[in-house]
Amino acid sequence: MVKRNPYEQNYYPPVPTKLTRWSRVSLLWQSFRFIVLNIKILRMVRKH
Amino acid sequence: MAKLVILGAGIAGHTAALHARRKLGREHEIIVIAPNSKWNWIPSNIWVGVGWMKPEQVTFELAPVYKKQHITFKQARAVSIHPQGDSSHAQPFVSIEYTLPGKAGQTEQVAYDYLINATGPKLNFAATEGLGPEKNSLSVCTYGHAEQTAGILKEHIERMKKGEHLKFVVGTGHGMCTCQGAAFEYIFNLEFELQKAGVRDKATITWLSNEVELGDFGIGGMLLKRGGYITHSRIFAESLFTERGLDWITQAHVTKVEKNRTHYELLNGETGTIEHDFAMLLPPFSGVGLKAFDKEGTDITSDLFAANGFMKVDADYTPKPYDQWKPSDWPKTYQNPLYKNIFAVGIAFAPPHGISKPMKNPNGTPINPTPPRTGMPSGVMGRIVAYSIVDLIKSRNKPLREASMANMGAACIASAGAGLFNGSGVSMTMYPIIPDFDKYPETGRDIKYTTGEIGLAGHWIKHALHYAFIYKAKALPLWMAVPE
Ligand SMILES: Cc1cc2nc3c(=O)[nH]c(=O)nc-3n(C[C@H](O)[C@H](O)[C@H](O)COP(=O)(O)OP(=O)(O)OC[C@H]3O[C@@H](n4cnc5c(N)ncnc54)[C@H](O)[C@@H]3O)c2cc1C
Repeated sequence: MVKRNPYEQNYYPPVPTKLTRWSRVSLLWQSFRFIVLNIKILRMVRKH
Repeated sequence: MAKLVILGAGIAGHTAALHARRKLGREHEIIVIAPNSKWNWIPSNIWVGVGWMKPEQVTFELAPVYKKQHITFKQARAVSIHPQGDSSHAQPFVSIEYTLPGKAGQTEQVAYDYLINATGPKLNFAATEGLGPEKNSLSVCTYGHAEQTAGILKEHIERMKKGEHLKFVVGTGHGMCTCQGAAFEYIFNLEFELQKAGVRDKATITWLSNEVELGDFGIGGMLLKRGGYITHSRIFAESLFTERGLDWITQAHVTKVEKNRTHYELLNGETGTIEHDFAMLLPPFSGVGLKAFDKEGTDITSDLFAANGFMKVDADYTPKPYDQWKPSDWPKTYQNPLYKNIFAVGIAFAPPHGISKPMKNPNGTPINPTPPRTGMPSGVMGRIVAYSIVDLIKSRNKPLREASMANMGAACIASAGAGLFNGSGVSMTMYPIIPDFDKYPETGRDIKYTTGEIGLAGHWIKHALHYAFIYKAKALPLWMAVPE
């Protein structure tokens, strides 16, 4: 939980919701992202 | 029989050496000259810097690898290049000075037919008063620096456990620094380690950098698709800093580092001071200071090298304002325009200009990141230059291979905390590295290949890459299957 200070630096940026934060550590979702990211990186590498 | 000499055994030079050896028969000699006995997977120095890894986990001895590969290794520092030879040598050569214990200080002249300069950066701590691990700030640029930083961090954690509140500053120690990504990784790993140690509430952590905005990374930032918008990496970075409770000061040129205080001036001309108990500030980079001489012994360093000490290659170095910069200014073959048998790869080549927009404050102080040349492009350059030289040696009538950063993608995985189940990493991909607003008017880059996300998967990839690249660098079976 981020404590925001109105009109200060940390007041303006978006912060992740609970669901987003959970998805970042969910083993199932992250295993899927691991595969997707590796494919993306390999596609990038293959361009050279 | 040809002689290929490679200066430097980092990501670019070592990759070039292994690929050249793979393609060239034993009748051709490959010589690597580097001052350190060890190869270092530099990206993992971040983890050494927080104590999560030991130096032995990010390094290995080069000599046995080169012996097995039939590559001659000279543990020495190149001092000067003589591309026309001299009065007593018809062949071009490099003067070297040994650093190998037992031979330290001895000099030698090493003749070459082809030369690759892959000497990387000089860590120019001297550019800022008081900067550097021998003075008042810390670094993670080498595994030695990182180990020292980890030791000091450990002491600070103990002090916080006893109830002290401490101030941490992480970022860049000069207005012309590059490699913000490394400092970015360090600040998040530091924050993560303080959380783990249960002392996060006892620490104020501040980012201090020369970027015009957070998320610039020396590449002018990236526009990417997030949550139904095309948004700048600044938003992505600010969100992350806010989420982790980190403060930030950008547009800063550090002028002086004292034991517990750093002074800086900003792009708007204001000056400021920040107090700290711990400051990890990266130095600016320059070339390693190689000299060049012609046959008569006249200094021709400025013919081969730009003023910043990096080697001139096939880039367009005509000075021009930001709005006239073009992707085609960037080099493609990395061949020196004067001496066609000399190439420079990785950090050692002179970029034509920045990627981030150059800026100066009212005092005339330049404050903007210089262009990064990260691991993936450095490795690719090493490989394609090795292949070009192999073609030349084998007299294949082929054009030189090309790998322009304006036509190359990069994947950057920035660790944001190390842990198998609770770690995280920021996974960024971009194509091309040099933005092209003529080709991609809305985003500067191909939005399909320019992405960013944070999560545990990023940590897994970063950790897997650590093992994969060390495996590759050790030239273990099928090493070439691991792409650069
Ligand atoms: C802390 C840190 C973290 C990083 N993290 C990442 C990351 O996560 N991902 C990424 O892509 N990039 C990362 N980078 C950048 C990456 O490390 C560089 O892009 C890469 O090392 C450049 O390779 P190079 O071969 O040009 O230079 P280097 O790897 O620095 O190698 C230079 C070589 O030249 C040798 N040398 C120096 N002087 C001489 C001389 N006079 N004669 C002969 N040899 C000499 C050196 O000993 C060394 O062997 C990071 C950098 C740092 C500092």
